[in-house]
Amino acid sequence: MSPAPILSAFRQALGEAWAGGAGALLPLGFFAGAAVLVPLGIGTEPGMLRAVGPGILWVSLALSSLVTLERIFQADVEDGALDLWLQTSAPVSAIAAAKTFAHWLTAGLPLALMSPVLALMFQAEAGTDLLSGALIYGLGGLAFFFWGGVGAALSATVRRGGLLIALIALPLYVPTAIFGSMAMSGAAGGDSAPLLLVASTLFSLALAPFAMAAALRLAAD
Amino acid sequence: MQLGQRVYSGDDVQLLTASGLGILRGERVLFEGVSLTVAPGEAMVLRGPNGAGKTTLLRMLAGLTRPEAGRVNRGAALHWVGHRDGLKPNETPRTHLKLWAKAWGADADVDAILNDMGLSRPADVAARYLSAGQRRRAALARLMLETRPVWLLDEPFTALDAEGRDRVLAMVAGHRQGGGAVVAAVHGDAGFAASREMVL
Repeated sequence: MSPAPILSAFRQALGEAWAGGAGALLPLGFFAGAAVLVPLGIGTEPGMLRAVGPGILWVSLALSSLVTLERIFQADVEDGALDLWLQTSAPVSAIAAAKTFAHWLTAGLPLALMSPVLALMFQAEAGTDLLSGALIYGLGGLAFFFWGGVGAALSATVRRGGLLIALIALPLYVPTAIFGSMAMSGAAGGDSAPLLLVASTLFSLALAPFAMAAALRLAAD
Repeated sequence: MQLGQRVYSGDDVQLLTASGLGILRGERVLFEGVSLTVAPGEAMVLRGPNGAGKTTLLRMLAGLTRPEAGRVNRGAALHWVGHRDGLKPNETPRTHLKLWAKAWGADADVDAILNDMGLSRPADVAARYLSAGQRRRAALARLMLETRPVWLLDEPFTALDAEGRDRVLAMVAGHRQGGGAVVAAVHGDAGFAASREMVL
């Protein structure tokens, strides 16, 4: 098996993301907007912000990952590219994983890079390691995008399937959200939380591509 | 691809066989008991009114739709050109052909193919600015990227002008001369001598 179709799918998905103009920035704006509105809503008392900050960021991250997922497979169904991708020599699961990873690179990675700035807005303590925080948000985001990709593949033939994606994906987000918040807030048992987060992300990377492949075959059927 | 050169030897080889194909759409039997064989050099034309199942049959032959009954035997690689062109809105004909040449590992001269298909002028125009006929030409140009024995074409002439139609007919003729086979759903005059017609 040659990896050429997988690389082509990856490159096409990257090109698609940037060709949409500001489309790739939409999740970023949503993420920043949601996080900035919270202090305005609950008041600016530093202790309170410090306590709720990590949780708010995880919720915002989960919701912003859903913003652009709707199109990643639906567009392929509409323009006929899905038929072509299903007929390459590469496994469909690898194609789907490449497309989802490309989508995470353009829409999810900027969220992780933005997270230290937002953490500062939530009065993160001076000693907090913001970079490893960004890594944790990045890993969690990767799991969010892969589970969301399953929802996107399942609703690829559904018009305005955004709500459906959220309904399918949000329950799958639960482990990542729990371990992620534990890792960031330093709650009891927080020492092993980063490892559990990595495990849940690896689990999504291992499982989601096969679910996406099955869903995409059904979408073309 | 060199025209007229026999690529596949032996006329007794079946490139594609299907037996007893049937499918349900909702609660309705769309068709059942459809069998066909396609040998090198043959062109099969599928006919039937709108909604008779021509596209569904082609998708079954391509392996995209799973038949509820019967089976398809694909003895050779195939090209699929469906009624959706497969171009991304921001893709140009050139990037489209280069992408698929790379994905298929085909060593094709993209510039020559663009020229052959009359796409040298809009070669670098994004698909969303192209006319339906130009997009159709770009989709059909994929047939020339790699030599594959079986072509499955769903309404290949849709949106093409007379000149584009002639080009496709020449491509089909060359493909058949080289021992390739074509299965096409066509409305009206097929333009090529079909070795078999199937009415759904």
